[in-house]
Amino acid sequence: MKRPDITGAFSRRWRALPSWVRWVARLAALAIALVLPAQSIARVMAPGSDWRTLLFFPIGVYVLLAVGLNVVVGQAGLLDLGYVAFFAIGAYSMALLGHNEHWNFWLILPAGTALAGLAGVVLGAPTLRLRGDYLAIVTLGFGEIVRISANNVNFTGGPRGISGVPHPPSVHGVKQLTFGVLDARPYYYLVLAAIVVVIVVSRRLERSRVGRAWASIREDEDAAELMGVPTLRFKLWAFAIGASFGGMTGVIWGSKVISITPDNFPLALSILILACVVLGGSGNLPGVVLGAFVVAWLPEYFRGAAAGKPLTHALNWVIGAHATDFAEYRTMLFGAALVALMVFRPQGLLPSTRRRAEMREGEGGLGTMGAVADEPQHIGEPE
Amino acid sequence: MRHLLTQFWSSTVDGLTVGAIYGLIALGYTLVYGVLKLINFAHSEIFMIGTFAALFTLHALDVTHQQTGVTLIGVLLLVVLASMAASSSAAVILERLAYRPLRRRGASRLAALISAIGASFFLQELFAERYGRDIRTFPRVMPNTTLFSIGDGVVTSEKALVFVSALAMMVILDLFVTRTRLGRGIRATAQDPETAVLMGVNIDRVVRVTFLLGGAMAGVAAALFSVRLKSTQYNVGFILGVKAFTAAVLGGIGNLRGALLGGLVIGLAENYGASVWGSQWKDVISFVFLVLVLMFRPTGLLGESLSRSKA
Amino acid sequence: MSTHAGGSALLELRQVTMRFGGVVAVQELDVSITEGQIFGLIGPNGAGKTTVFNIVTGVYQPTSGEVRFAGDVVHGIAPHRVTALGVARTFQNIRLFANMTALENVMVGADARHRTGVPHALFGLPRHRREEREGRAKALELLDFVGIPGVAEETAKNLPYGDQRRLEIARALATDPRLLLLDEPAAGMNPAEKMSMQQLIRTIRDVGRTILLIEHDMGLVMGISDRVAVLDFGRKIAEGEPSAVQNDDKVIEAYLGVAPDAP
Repeated sequence: MKRPDITGAFSRRWRALPSWVRWVARLAALAIALVLPAQSIARVMAPGSDWRTLLFFPIGVYVLLAVGLNVVVGQAGLLDLGYVAFFAIGAYSMALLGHNEHWNFWLILPAGTALAGLAGVVLGAPTLRLRGDYLAIVTLGFGEIVRISANNVNFTGGPRGISGVPHPPSVHGVKQLTFGVLDARPYYYLVLAAIVVVIVVSRRLERSRVGRAWASIREDEDAAELMGVPTLRFKLWAFAIGASFGGMTGVIWGSKVISITPDNFPLALSILILACVVLGGSGNLPGVVLGAFVVAWLPEYFRGAAAGKPLTHALNWVIGAHATDFAEYRTMLFGAALVALMVFRPQGLLPSTRRRAEMREGEGGLGTMGAVADEPQHIGEPE
Repeated sequence: MRHLLTQFWSSTVDGLTVGAIYGLIALGYTLVYGVLKLINFAHSEIFMIGTFAALFTLHALDVTHQQTGVTLIGVLLLVVLASMAASSSAAVILERLAYRPLRRRGASRLAALISAIGASFFLQELFAERYGRDIRTFPRVMPNTTLFSIGDGVVTSEKALVFVSALAMMVILDLFVTRTRLGRGIRATAQDPETAVLMGVNIDRVVRVTFLLGGAMAGVAAALFSVRLKSTQYNVGFILGVKAFTAAVLGGIGNLRGALLGGLVIGLAENYGASVWGSQWKDVISFVFLVLVLMFRPTGLLGESLSRSKA
Repeated sequence: MSTHAGGSALLELRQVTMRFGGVVAVQELDVSITEGQIFGLIGPNGAGKTTVFNIVTGVYQPTSGEVRFAGDVVHGIAPHRVTALGVARTFQNIRLFANMTALENVMVGADARHRTGVPHALFGLPRHRREEREGRAKALELLDFVGIPGVAEETAKNLPYGDQRRLEIARALATDPRLLLLDEPAAGMNPAEKMSMQQLIRTIRDVGRTILLIEHDMGLVMGISDRVAVLDFGRKIAEGEPSAVQNDDKVIEAYLGVAPDAP
């Protein structure tokens, strides 16, 4: 039975609104974002923690990564399980170019972004012919190759990584733009600016022939190819763009944390960001932003707040564990949430209708669209 | 390069030993993929659960040092049975909770993969929280007697046990799949699920048995791993899982003999590679192998044609 | 039935053979389609007709033989390039982009003729904006042309069956093809709808396109085609004008037990 297409209806309603209303809504969202670091909000959202640091990481960074991954997974429908590799490339660019070569942050930013984008092309060119789960595993492998190599190679500082990573240059006299060690606000604004850029780029592309091509590839890659869409080229673009955004995020994050090690880039982070995208409804930008915000913020909230304790105790009791902090359960609960999501949420969440049907005589397809509600790529038999 | 030559035989012996374990785990991946076209990402945790079962069995039996003779055989049997039981039950439960609902709905393969990933992380973290993140060690159960040497390679009773057991399990599995009715059902479903249903095959049962068998193989692998490597950890499954999956693809996904062959090849490759570049690169070698195989020969060595490049 | 005079060979298959493992799907096929023709391809199920489509559009590389389009070799090149050369198709089992609107579906086809890519789209350059406008206008025109003017904003999967078939044709036409391959366009339609489809196909030819048509409805195929070829087990067993083919013994035998629909 098909569930109603909630996100689809919502986006139609949104587009039906007059243009000025949509602009006001966007500006309002931006205003809220700018005001988020305020103390009054901090008391509510993060009692007992440094809200501003949280806003930068994990919240801001996760949102930025999720919106970047959304281009690859949500728009083009390519399952990437190694997105953290591009984040790492950006971060190491910041560390190496900043600490060793003393480049200015504003020079490293485009360099790291471009480098990550290049890595995306290098990884994508031979592998984007693969589809679905095989592509997922290859990207996972790549992510791990990057992490392990960073761990083993002297150039990247091995397991100890690189410290003494410089900060962006401060704007004299402007407190909000003084990139120091303690106040996370300027970094948050930097991330916010990046998020705006990425969203604008995303939207632009989505509304153009590029977005249409990606959507058609997501819907039915073979048919798209036959309708003249150069599928490989567009998949490569999605990959490269997504990778660039990941790299950009890495540079920005690297500019705050002073030291980076290979442990900062585990596979779990790739999965977590993927969870943000899927949770929000891949392709649905506001959903993805919200999803990432929730994924990043909730565990931190429970870490300090009163509500965290009973939950942690309850989980401890059920499992027989001795966790001291709710955050310890974060990955476990996300694993469970992913399963629950796939089991209970309607199909609209994922890259839909990827037909694997052979176009052979009498075989193929599953009948007319709309007449049969199933996804074509079954596991097991159609019911 | 010099190291490769001087360490050739030890690398070979070690490679075949560890490769046998990879192959056993790979059987689980290849079975499930062959029938359901699903990468059971959580199979690595099925293996991990088996190792913990082995550990607890040894604790329960109060085994703290080497055993010999009949006692040894008894202990080993119990450990293997416990691991097999734990892993296969876990596998069947996993199928029931994380995959069957999606099958019923006709969900896409990517949805199933994401569910698999979620299950994998859930199980890993569950065990991490329950039993801690530290390495857990096993007592030495088997006396490690040297049987014979080839060059600088030493074949011990442990290594021989691993290799021979893996081979034996593969033969048994192969016989099961080719000679029994249930095995025929599995092959039929793997080839053409729709026709299989029409021919009266109970798909649900086939799927359950597939997971059970794959889990059982992983359980044997877990027992052998525990006896040989004498340690386990909540995330022991991950790297092993990747290597085993690579082995399955390398051998030709869906191809049982290919899975074992692939495992041996990977085992050898990473040991030879380690003798050249150092053991810290072992895991990277496997990942690189994985990427290369999927890129250049996704149908595998013994081939099981997935639909051309439209896999 | 009109026979269009003149016109060179637009599509040529020379000794095309297609083997899948042990199965020979198409055997030494020679077919030549003249520009401006409506060419019918018929035969029992499994005869290899859709395989021929897949070969022509670049989905399959023929095991041996040659495929030429407007004189150029087209076997062995990527499907999207074949489309760029001027070949478009519809599918036996309708393969629309289900969750996109009808208009978007057709616009994807129109995009095939656009030359702007990611950088242009990113910076909103004038040429890109112009192509977007033109593509949209063309798509709306085509929806009108195939007879479904009001459905532009409807999601493709929600359209009634007959409209979906027409939408698929509109999408294919948007790629501006010289040769249009229609795979059972009238399947599942009632007689009135079939008449309407027949008229649409004629109109498409009349505005200058060549059509290769797979159809099971004998009345439709025979009534509309200039020339017909019959495949059976991958071999061509007859070719010629519809009336001749219809009375060919080999053809009747191949279809034994299946009476042709009354024209």
